[in-house]
Amino acid sequence: MSFILPIFSAAMPELFVLCMASLILLVDVFLPERARIITYVLVQLTLIGSFLLSAAEYRDQVEPIITFSGHYILDKLAVLTKLFLLVASFFAFIYARHYTKEHHIARGEYYILGLFAVLGMQIMASAYSFLTIYLGLELVSLSLYAMVALQKKSNVATEAAMKYFITGALASGFLLYGISIVYGVTGKISVAEAAGFLQTVSMSQQGIVLFGLIFMMAGLLFKLGAIPFHLWVPDVYDGAPTSVTLFIASAPKIAAFAIAMRILVEAMPGLVIPWTHILTVCAVLSMFFGNVLAIAQTNIKRMLAYSSIAHMGYTLLGFIAGPHSQQGYSAGMFYITTYVLVAAGAFAIIALLSKPDAEFDHIDDLRGLNERNPWLAFMMLLLMFSMAGVPPTVGFFAKLGLLESLVEAHLVWLAALALLFAIVGAYYYLRVIMYMYFEEPKRAFVGTPLSISPGVMAAISVNGAAALLLGLFPSALIDMCRISAS
Amino acid sequence: MMSIAQLFFYVSAAVAVISGFMVVISKNPVRAVLFLVLAFFATAGIWMLLEAEFLALILVLVYVGAVMTLFLFVVMMLHIDWIVHRKAFVRYLPVGLCVALLTVGLSIRMLGPSHFNLANVAAPAAKPADYSNIADLGAVLYTDYAYPFEIAALLLLTAIIAAISLTHRRPKGRKQQEVSAQIAVRRQDRVHLIKMPSEKKR
Repeated sequence: MSFILPIFSAAMPELFVLCMASLILLVDVFLPERARIITYVLVQLTLIGSFLLSAAEYRDQVEPIITFSGHYILDKLAVLTKLFLLVASFFAFIYARHYTKEHHIARGEYYILGLFAVLGMQIMASAYSFLTIYLGLELVSLSLYAMVALQKKSNVATEAAMKYFITGALASGFLLYGISIVYGVTGKISVAEAAGFLQTVSMSQQGIVLFGLIFMMAGLLFKLGAIPFHLWVPDVYDGAPTSVTLFIASAPKIAAFAIAMRILVEAMPGLVIPWTHILTVCAVLSMFFGNVLAIAQTNIKRMLAYSSIAHMGYTLLGFIAGPHSQQGYSAGMFYITTYVLVAAGAFAIIALLSKPDAEFDHIDDLRGLNERNPWLAFMMLLLMFSMAGVPPTVGFFAKLGLLESLVEAHLVWLAALALLFAIVGAYYYLRVIMYMYFEEPKRAFVGTPLSISPGVMAAISVNGAAALLLGLFPSALIDMCRISAS
Repeated sequence: MMSIAQLFFYVSAAVAVISGFMVVISKNPVRAVLFLVLAFFATAGIWMLLEAEFLALILVLVYVGAVMTLFLFVVMMLHIDWIVHRKAFVRYLPVGLCVALLTVGLSIRMLGPSHFNLANVAAPAAKPADYSNIADLGAVLYTDYAYPFEIAALLLLTAIIAAISLTHRRPKGRKQQEVSAQIAVRRQDRVHLIKMPSEKKR
C-alpha cells in the first residue's frame, strides 16, 4: 500500500493557529490576573500571523492543491474565505475586550475558545471531504456553545446556550445523517469523488443521494440561520453576551458559505435543479419573514437577528442565480462578506452602549445618540444605510450585484421580490436612524455624553469607513470574489 | 425464507428503533439511560453484520462500559424530578407525531425497496476468511485519515476547555492548608510567654 506524505506547507495558516492556540492555553494558566492582557495580545498576534500566511498563499498559489489524502484543499475560495474570516474575528475580539472585562466573563478562556473556533472555521474553509466539513463545523459549534454560556451568572445567557446547544446538536445530526446516506450510496467521502460518481449513476440512485443532500442542506441552513431552520437565531442573538453575538453573527457565516459552496456547487452539480428549487423556497421565506418580523421587534439585538435571517435569504439568492449566471456565486460571496462586516460593527455599537450592570439593547436606548456621541451615531448611520442597501454604502453594491445576476439568470420575478423585501427592510433600519438623530435622549441619559476608549473607537471608525469606502470603490473586493467563487 | 443474517438484522434494527423511542418517552431518566444502553447493544449487533467487529466491540466497551456508566452516575446524582415534563410531552405530541410520520413516510418513499435494492446499489463483495478489521483500520487511521483524526483530537481538547471553563469556580473563600507556611512557622509566632505574678487560691 502506498502513502503520499501530505504537503504540510499548504496548511501553514491552520498549523500556525493550532500551535499558537496550544501555547496560549499554557501561557494563560501561568499568568496572574492583572497580566491577562497578554493572552489577548497573543491571540490577536496569532490572527495577524495567520492572515499574513494566508495572504502569501493568496498571492503565490495559482493551481489548487489537494493534499492530506484528499481531505484538504487549497484553492482561491479557501484562501479568500480564510482571509475574510480572520479579519472578521480580529475585529470581533477587539470589540469583545471591553465587554468581557466589564461583564466579568472569564477572559482567558473566552479568547482561547474563540481561537479554536477560528481554527474550526479555517478547517471548514479548506475542507474537501464530508468528514472534514463535519468535524470543522463541530469544532466551531462546540466553541460557540461554550462561549455563549461563559457568562455564568446570567440566566438568559445560560438559557440561550442551552437552546443553541440542543438545536445545534440536532442540526449536526441532520448533517451527519445526510453525509452517511451519501457515503452509503456513493462510497466516496471526498467532495470531488462524490461529484464524479454522481455523473455516472442512474435516476433512482440520484434520488437516494438527493435524500441525503436534503438532510445535509437542513444542517447547512441551520448553521447559516435561514428559514425554516431559523428559530434559534433570535433567542441566541438576544440571550448571548453581545460580544459573543457579534462573533456568532460574523465569521462563522463566511465559513458556512464556504462549505455550502463545497457541498452544493462542487459535490452536487448533478442535482442542481432540485437544490435550486429548495433554496428558492427558503430564500423567499427568509427574506419575507426576516424583514417583516424585524419590524415588530423593540429589542435591537432581536431586530438585527431577524435582519440577519433576511440577509441570509439574500445570500441564498447567489446560489440560486449561480448555475445560470457568470457571477452568481461571487455576488453571494460579496454579499455575505460585506454583511458580516456591517453586522459586526452594528453589534459592537450595542456592546459599547452597555454598562457593567445593565444592557441597553432596547431600541429606545438609541434615542438621541447623536447628542451623546455624534461620531458613534454617524458610524451607526453608515452601518444601517449599508444594511438597508442605500447608496453609496457597500450594501447597495452587494444587493445590486445579486439582482444583476438574478436578472441574468432569467429570474426576474425573484429579483423583483428581493427588491420588494429590501424596501420593507429599509423601514426598520431607517427607524433606528430616526431615533438617533431626530429624537431626544431618554431622560436618564440627558447630558451624559458617551465616552469610548480611543482604541475601540478607531476599530469602529475603520468598520464604518469600510462600509462607505467599499461602497465607493467596490471593484477590488468584487474582483477578488469573482476570482475565488466562479 | 429469511436467512439467519436477515433475521438477526431485523431483530437488532427493531430493538434499536424501539429502545431509541423509549429513550425519548421514558419518564424516569435512569430507565432512559438503560434503554440507551440497549440501543447501543443493538447497533453493535448491526455493525457486527457489517463485518466491523472491532468497532462493534469498541462501541460496547467504551459506550456501554464507560460512558453510559458515567451517565448513570450523573443522572442518579442530579436526582432529576421526572414528573414535571409530562405535560409538555402531551402538549407537543400531535405536532411531533405529524412531523415524525411525514419524515418517516417520505423517507420510505425515497429509500424504499424500489430504489434502494440490490440491483441499484450492489452488495459489497464478501471478504476473505483471514480478513482483519483492525488491520484495515490501523492501515488508514494514521495515514489517509490523519487529518480528520487530528481534528477529532482537537474537538476533544476544546470540549475539555469548555467543560472546565463552564464548571470552574474561583477558589474564593476556600479553606485550605498552606504546608510551607506551617513548616516555616517559628515558636515565637505561636507561643507568647507572659510574665505574671503567681496567684494564690484563697
